[in-house]
Amino acid sequence: MRHHLILRVVTKLLVGTIILFAFYVQFHGDFSPGGGFQAGVIMAVAFILYGVVFSLRKAQKVFPPWLVHKLVALGVLIYAGTGIVSLFLGYEYLDYGAFSPHHPEHGQHYGILIVELGVGITVTGVMVAVYYAFAARPPRISDEEW
Amino acid sequence: MNGEFTWDFIVGHMNYWLFIVLMMTGLYIVVAKGNLVKKIVGLNIFQTSVFMLYISMGKVTGGTAPIFPADMIIDPDVVYSNPLPHVLILTAIVVGIATTSLGLALIVRIREEFGTIEEHEILEIEKAIAAAENKLHGEAMGGRA
Amino acid sequence: MATETTHHVAMTLSDHLPVLAILVPFVAAPLCVLLGSRSLTWPITFLASAASFVTSFLLLLSVIDGGFISYHIGGWAPPLGIEYRVDAANAFVLFLVTGISTIVLPYARESVKSEIPERHHTLFYACFLLCLTGLLGVAVTGDAFNVFVFLEISSLSTYVLIAQGSYRDRRALTAAYDYLIMGTIGATFFVIGLGMLYMATGTLNMADLADRIADQGANRTVRAAFAFIVVGIGLKVAIYPLHLWLPNAYTYAPSAVTAFLAATATKVAVYVLMRFLFSVFQPSFLFEVNTLEFMIIPFAILAMFAASFIAIFQTDLKRLLAYSSIAQIGYMLLGIGLLNESGVAAAVAHLFNHGITKAVLFMGVGALVLRSGGSFFDRIEGMGKLMPWTSAAIVIGGLSLIGVPGTAGFLSKWLLVQGALEKGWWPIAILVVLSSLLAVIYVWRIVEAMYLRSPASDIEAKEAPLSMLVPIWIMAIACIYFGFATDITLTASHTAAQGLLAGPVGLH
Repeated sequence: MRHHLILRVVTKLLVGTIILFAFYVQFHGDFSPGGGFQAGVIMAVAFILYGVVFSLRKAQKVFPPWLVHKLVALGVLIYAGTGIVSLFLGYEYLDYGAFSPHHPEHGQHYGILIVELGVGITVTGVMVAVYYAFAARPPRISDEEW
Repeated sequence: MNGEFTWDFIVGHMNYWLFIVLMMTGLYIVVAKGNLVKKIVGLNIFQTSVFMLYISMGKVTGGTAPIFPADMIIDPDVVYSNPLPHVLILTAIVVGIATTSLGLALIVRIREEFGTIEEHEILEIEKAIAAAENKLHGEAMGGRA
Repeated sequence: MATETTHHVAMTLSDHLPVLAILVPFVAAPLCVLLGSRSLTWPITFLASAASFVTSFLLLLSVIDGGFISYHIGGWAPPLGIEYRVDAANAFVLFLVTGISTIVLPYARESVKSEIPERHHTLFYACFLLCLTGLLGVAVTGDAFNVFVFLEISSLSTYVLIAQGSYRDRRALTAAYDYLIMGTIGATFFVIGLGMLYMATGTLNMADLADRIADQGANRTVRAAFAFIVVGIGLKVAIYPLHLWLPNAYTYAPSAVTAFLAATATKVAVYVLMRFLFSVFQPSFLFEVNTLEFMIIPFAILAMFAASFIAIFQTDLKRLLAYSSIAQIGYMLLGIGLLNESGVAAAVAHLFNHGITKAVLFMGVGALVLRSGGSFFDRIEGMGKLMPWTSAAIVIGGLSLIGVPGTAGFLSKWLLVQGALEKGWWPIAILVVLSSLLAVIYVWRIVEAMYLRSPASDIEAKEAPLSMLVPIWIMAIACIYFGFATDITLTASHTAAQGLLAGPVGLH
């Protein structure tokens, strides 16, 4: 899409904003609608938009496929790891009360923040991975023929 | 039964009618269409109908979003919608996305291997493979083709 | 290991057993991907599976005398929170699933090396672990919606595992696609049923659901929910007319995957069916008795005969065994349909016995495929001389499949006949015996091909590697061991049957 000047300029402006918004949705998720799922998708949209406008190759330079796969796994591990920590503190699996024994509400606050971070990372990874997986297949029709 | 079938009954159960219409549309597409991508689209419509069933189930007349106010002072008169079905459907939507992307990925691979995504053409190719196998190893019974 | 706090009584590791059984494979799967090391993946997978096996064994020991363990995820008490509830029935299923996976994994190493390109191995084992997690989760959870989530975790990874067979035969892709469509429709039906139950009762905890349905009796919503749930799970179980995904999926999947899935996936689905039929809905529920008598039993008998009959006329050994699986599921459903203790105990016992039997057979076939390059009958001719150990194990598996006295398969069929006679349904007892004769025919075909023919001239097969032979023989010996040491299976299956048939009472 070399010739679409407006698209390219707008995209450059938007990508940063989208990522910022993703972080807002992510970390405000415990007070307002939002959280890991939504933030992850928004974050992924930033990379996918970049890939669509500036070519897959450039997107993969910013966010290489191997890193995407590791992030998917890392997010799940953060989620499960939170539960394991509470398990070793003598609480039930995923009982966030463990993080602040005298104020379980505070513990739940920390717990959900970490868990949602894990969810966000995994969802970002999965969405980008799905995009890479489909976009990286050799196309039947080249771009110019459209 | 006839006595109950009034205008109120029809409008009052609007979400169930829509659920059934969507569900049947989706199932019909899955069964009737030969194109593998269209089947996935049908499956999506089918799943969406279930999402609608659950989400409309959680609606309480006059209810607001079930979020605690920031100052944590809860007015007992405020009616909240039931958030549980919505949360369940969040999970089901994620499952739906995973199914869709896996289905599409399989279709991409099927197209690479078979050169088509039309069911009848794939069946023909599979029949040819099966016929070749039968010739080589003897007749078999049953099977997909 | 834990410190006391003012609010909370610290738990020890043994209190966490129900969650540990699924947590270990669940954590190991992303760990494999994160490390991304081909040499570490298999050991991690095996250790996770073995740890899960030990956990399940400890769980089984603690509930085999009746009673149950309840574990509250996140410390939220049921019915609001998600509850993991282990009693004899699901501890038995957990034991079976983890046992099979732990024995299949050493076998899988060689088999996977030959059937799947090396760059996919890490993801393959990660998928295998996720599948295991899903199956265990379905068995352990006491929350109805949680069943759906775990069912989909296991199903989605199953589709991927089956599609890996495409490197040998491209029809694995269409088989996986078919299974995906049918499996998703089944799962969605199940969710619709759950939605209706939630509408009628306002709860999703199984014990709570059972109480409320018992209190309010059957109404139209509950009946519709029942129908949706039975059909939905029926697709996963492969009840006879809903079995169409199974033969292709088992035939074209990689050998190790087939061995694992055939021995576990449908068994777990049968367990879910029993849980819903007996615990959540009461057997006294009029509609259900009708369903069992007029739907499940006829279809079960149809499966026993039709699928066995089709199996006789197969040229592919793997496909033959797939059809035989459908027939064997018929026996389990028949046991469920009998609705007395012997019948349900037969279903539970057959679930276990058929699991180990099919594991031997499919692992044996996988070994033949590795050495002869195909599972068609003309490729395995004369294997009795070339691969004597593998062939002998297959024969033992075959005998157990028929139900010859002294093998595991005999016990469950005996229980089934006993259950039918207790009800006074002697024609059904005769049908069970007659359908076993069909099994004699197809097992004889295998024996004939392996021992009475001479091998094809181009095959220079030698015995399977030791890493495959040992797992095959562990299972083959298990087939014989559980045929003689019947009290283990009998105690566990009778306790499980009593727990299941006690209805909602059994959940308290």
